[in-house]
Amino acid sequence: MSKTVKFKIDGVKIKGRAGQTIMDAADDAGIYIPRLCDVEGLSPQGSCRVCTVKVNGRPAAACTQPLTEGMDVENDILEILNYRRDIIRMLLHEGNHLCPICEASGRCELQAMGYRLGILQPAKYPYLQPVRPIDASHPDILLDKNRCIRCGRCIRASKQIDGKNVFGYIGRGIHKGLGVNGRDLAGTNVHVSDKAVAPGTCPVGCIIRKGLGFHEPIGRRKFDKVPIGSDIENPESGRGK
Amino acid sequence: MKKKIATVSLAGCFGCHMSILDIDERILDLLKVAEFDKTPVNDLKKFTQRCDIGLIEGGCCNEENVHTLQEFRKNCDLLVAVGACAIMGGLPVMRNAIMNSEDPLRECLEEAYLNSSSVYNADNDIPNDPALPLILDKVYTCPEVVKIDYQIPGCPPSGDILWRTLIALINGVPADLPYGLIRYD
Repeated sequence: MSKTVKFKIDGVKIKGRAGQTIMDAADDAGIYIPRLCDVEGLSPQGSCRVCTVKVNGRPAAACTQPLTEGMDVENDILEILNYRRDIIRMLLHEGNHLCPICEASGRCELQAMGYRLGILQPAKYPYLQPVRPIDASHPDILLDKNRCIRCGRCIRASKQIDGKNVFGYIGRGIHKGLGVNGRDLAGTNVHVSDKAVAPGTCPVGCIIRKGLGFHEPIGRRKFDKVPIGSDIENPESGRGK
Repeated sequence: MKKKIATVSLAGCFGCHMSILDIDERILDLLKVAEFDKTPVNDLKKFTQRCDIGLIEGGCCNEENVHTLQEFRKNCDLLVAVGACAIMGGLPVMRNAIMNSEDPLRECLEEAYLNSSSVYNADNDIPNDPALPLILDKVYTCPEVVKIDYQIPGCPPSGDILWRTLIALINGVPADLPYGLIRYD
């Protein structure tokens, strides 16, 4: 049994275990900290910054920041909410996120985060409308990088769980994107049973399983009735359904 | 004093206007506190007075869309972008993916009227009647053309979110939108 660490989130006293991150301890306590690049089962990489919280008054990524005794975490405050809204807006404006035609609509975590954070107002950012070709070479999987948010979940799943290197980052800065270890997806050793391409690994509609399109009717999709994070806030209510 | 509402469909499918009708019998309550000016709902073609709220459906894909949108900005105190097309271009904005072509407009028209496998066009003509509004080089979102004050997302937005937002705007209070009303699809 590891040592207990006492700390506070938004004034609520919480006990975590030494070595845990803020995010893991908050999840255990039923407090949802919004996140996109972090997902259960993969090591955190702290790149999307949606999980930014204030730790003793300074911003930090909750998914990578380890607990320390007596730390004071601010999560559900307007300043942080507005940071998160801006990040989600920038992601929505950077790619081509056409929700009405996207197969991931209704189970997309980016979209669900927009709903949860109540994003309605016109943003100050322009839509960049990048032109990115679709990779439909693989018989089972389609790759539409117009929707990629560079969360790296497929990259980490491929490395850490599948023991492969199918996906990786290419480019830097605004040009950073998802690359595949081959001429195209069909030229890699990816298999449809890989965790990297499993449902739930890609939070958006970038990695799409062919032949399944729109199989969940509107009204029964994951985030139609309950906000993202409900499974953490109400674990007994069933996993987000 | 009743608030005046004007609405228009630019490069849209009229789905958002269907949603305006989808507020059902609440339209009678709406007409107690507001009246429609220029809108397809009453088929009024021109502004008869200055309006408080302008609801814009669709983005701009031709010059007539731009002129209409500018006219709405001039005649309305508040402009509300309604639906995915007005906010971010929606389905028509997919045309912008060919913007890396050397001659995007020609490629777009040739794909639509000549080259696409499902096209039957015996005369090989691309429509060019002078009465047709000139198509723009790409599809522009409403905020790219004029200042937009509010937006109501959805494809289309539900009657419920339109109703709640309109009543909140008329009463000058923030809209109360329970989970499930904000939708991007």
